[in-house]
Amino acid sequence: MSSTTLSAPATAALPRTARRALAVVLGLAVLLLPAFADEYWLNSILIPTIVMGLAGIGLNLLMGYAGLVSLGSAAFMSIGAFSAYNLLLRTPWLPLPLALIVAGLIAAVAGLLFGLPSLRIKGFYLAASTLGAQFFFEWLFTNFAWFSNHSLTLTISAPRLEIFGIDLRPAPGRYLLVVATTALLYWLAANIVRSRIGRDLMALRDMDKAAAVIGIPVASRKLLAYAISSFYAGVAGALFAFAYLGTSDAHSFDLDKSFEVLFIVLIGGSASLFGNFLGAAFIVLTPIFLTRLVELLGLSAVFDNGFLINLEHVLFGLTIVVLLIREPDGLAQMLRAIRARWAAWPLRA
Amino acid sequence: MTKIRWSAAAVAALTLVLGFGTPPASAAGAHEGEQLYPVLTYRTGPYAPSGIPFLGGLQDYVRYVNEVQGGVNGVKIYTPECETAYSIERGIECYERFKHGYEGAPTAIFQPHSSGLDAALLDKAREDHVPVFGPGGGQAHAFEGRVFPYSFPLVLDYWSEASIVVKYIAERAGGLDKLKGVKIATLYHDSGYGRDTIEPLKILSEKYGFVDIQIPVPHPGEQQQTQWQQIKQANADWVFLRGWGVMNPVAIKTAARVGFPVDHIIGDIWSGSEDDTRPAGGVAKGYLAVSVFPPGTNYKILQEIKKYVIDTGKSDLKDTSKFGSVYYNFGVIEGILAVEAFRTGQAKFGHRPLNTEEGRWALEHLDLAPDRIEQIGATGLVSPIKVTWLDHVGGSSAKIQQWTGTEWKPLTDWIDGDRALFHDVLEQKALDYAKEKGIAPRTNEDALIN
Repeated sequence: MSSTTLSAPATAALPRTARRALAVVLGLAVLLLPAFADEYWLNSILIPTIVMGLAGIGLNLLMGYAGLVSLGSAAFMSIGAFSAYNLLLRTPWLPLPLALIVAGLIAAVAGLLFGLPSLRIKGFYLAASTLGAQFFFEWLFTNFAWFSNHSLTLTISAPRLEIFGIDLRPAPGRYLLVVATTALLYWLAANIVRSRIGRDLMALRDMDKAAAVIGIPVASRKLLAYAISSFYAGVAGALFAFAYLGTSDAHSFDLDKSFEVLFIVLIGGSASLFGNFLGAAFIVLTPIFLTRLVELLGLSAVFDNGFLINLEHVLFGLTIVVLLIREPDGLAQMLRAIRARWAAWPLRA
Repeated sequence: MTKIRWSAAAVAALTLVLGFGTPPASAAGAHEGEQLYPVLTYRTGPYAPSGIPFLGGLQDYVRYVNEVQGGVNGVKIYTPECETAYSIERGIECYERFKHGYEGAPTAIFQPHSSGLDAALLDKAREDHVPVFGPGGGQAHAFEGRVFPYSFPLVLDYWSEASIVVKYIAERAGGLDKLKGVKIATLYHDSGYGRDTIEPLKILSEKYGFVDIQIPVPHPGEQQQTQWQQIKQANADWVFLRGWGVMNPVAIKTAARVGFPVDHIIGDIWSGSEDDTRPAGGVAKGYLAVSVFPPGTNYKILQEIKKYVIDTGKSDLKDTSKFGSVYYNFGVIEGILAVEAFRTGQAKFGHRPLNTEEGRWALEHLDLAPDRIEQIGATGLVSPIKVTWLDHVGGSSAKIQQWTGTEWKPLTDWIDGDRALFHDVLEQKALDYAKEKGIAPRTNEDALIN
């Protein structure tokens, strides 16, 4: 992790006003998107990409910035989902944004508890102990029916999804909920990274002994990192369950999901915020793209279905391997290289 | 420099991905005038061993209908596949891709092929007005068509299954009045699916006076020594095994090790395939299971499929020894139910592809009487069902079958589940659900909620 750059590079490719204008245009485009994009795009591409990107930010704050590890991201997502469900169900007066925040805070407390081993152990041992969270919460939500309001199949589904009386259940509503929440949390994360806390975390990552020597409170900062990371995971989990899947159970947040978040961080780029969305887009889109490619090439006439599906899996794995060999710092680093190139164009950077 | 070139290539690839990652929702296409019947597959992932023969049966039957019978009243059925590897997220993407039709062919009904996806689509499908149908193992309270107009858990639910098992045990004990004091242990997969029989068995034990013992097995169930010791200690007379995947052969082997008689273990509908007994080896001989998907090739329709699809090399199966297996026949049965639904809808709306609203109507009027089943050539394979707007299950019969060591043999004819006993409890659950979601139950067949 030491090979990553300390903070996002401040490219002065564009003057400040131009950059602001670009940001405004992009923001408007994102908000107006539901008017143009059809339901398929919103439901199965944009919403999952953004939500998984948010979960990626959570893990990246912990892994990329603080140098700690976690294999329990999905567990904290499930805490967020189940907390939000119970809050919305049992405290009907609580508005949706507040319910999301409280759900995130509950996940943060759990993250803090499961972050305690980080004070004593490191590396693979720490990773193994975060696995405990993964198995514990899957067990908890399967064995105590209270968490799913004694539903027959132990599934939870959004009891209500509205803000100020506006029903957010149609696809554009869910999309805007996800975008707004993510934008706010992205802004918060960017500020955390640039603040004293962020600098402390990066100092911890680069050398924790030196950090202790210069007076950084190592123990409390480590726990804070787990709490912040779990807060993000918790909110992302609630959005994943209600804005994306609609219905979920403890098994929607299994170990595979934790690995998926980990891959998003690795592919997107460690110690990068925007990279998480690139990583998420890669994970969500590549399998769909491969299916379309196989369809367009007319391969189904030549090979049988079972073979083609396995071929797609092989290609997906191969793409990840090649990508990480060519660019170990992920898609975010690639984007930076391209930006630097165009900033100097037609000269060479 | 090379790095930058690589990056440019990667970005180009990403743009390409964004460019045609999305299929046109209902672009005029090559399949105009055909009936879309999207097939969600799990040819990879943990459940591929049951997915492959199941999908083989489904695709082979559709091929038979298309090529030998010329489609349903001349309307060809188009079955594009979408692989989910049994993951809910991929399944939702597939649902979004197909829900409004594909390449010019309209969707009439949608089959999730996974209990998890079935649950995840409960609300979405109601909002989109897409009828979702999953034979065997839907959510028991979804039978209530007033609250769930777009859910069709056809054929059998787990509550009825529990009553069928109790009925069979009573038959072996010499009558329902002989059940008093009999100890029935249920060994269940610790998940929503596995827990679904706790409540009906409690109701049944209160009615008949048998001792109800519930023992969970954590997923995936590779270790069951403690659970079987518990069964021995409790001195259970019968074990109702509600397993899934690897849990089944492990249960049979562990039972043999602790000395529990294998012919007093009754497997669930998902614990009764060749893949559940073969890995257990010789000790599985005599094992019983509930069956709604009877195996075997001795049905007229299977002989037809053999003649026109298997023997001509057109089968979807690579390994044709799976022909006639439990999961293959499950696929054929599901295909029959879908095709009969299209036929029912076409009788009302004309000989053309149906849309989702017509598909719902068709499923709500699906009536497979014994003489129709005979015409299809599926007597003994498909149980008679009659769906109405008030009852979206339509039937509740299953057979008990026994493993001979090499194949499954049916021991009984169709046994009917005791749905009347559970009706009020399940109805109440459906109404509670309606209340939680703010749904007004519809009051007549045509009044649909939105």
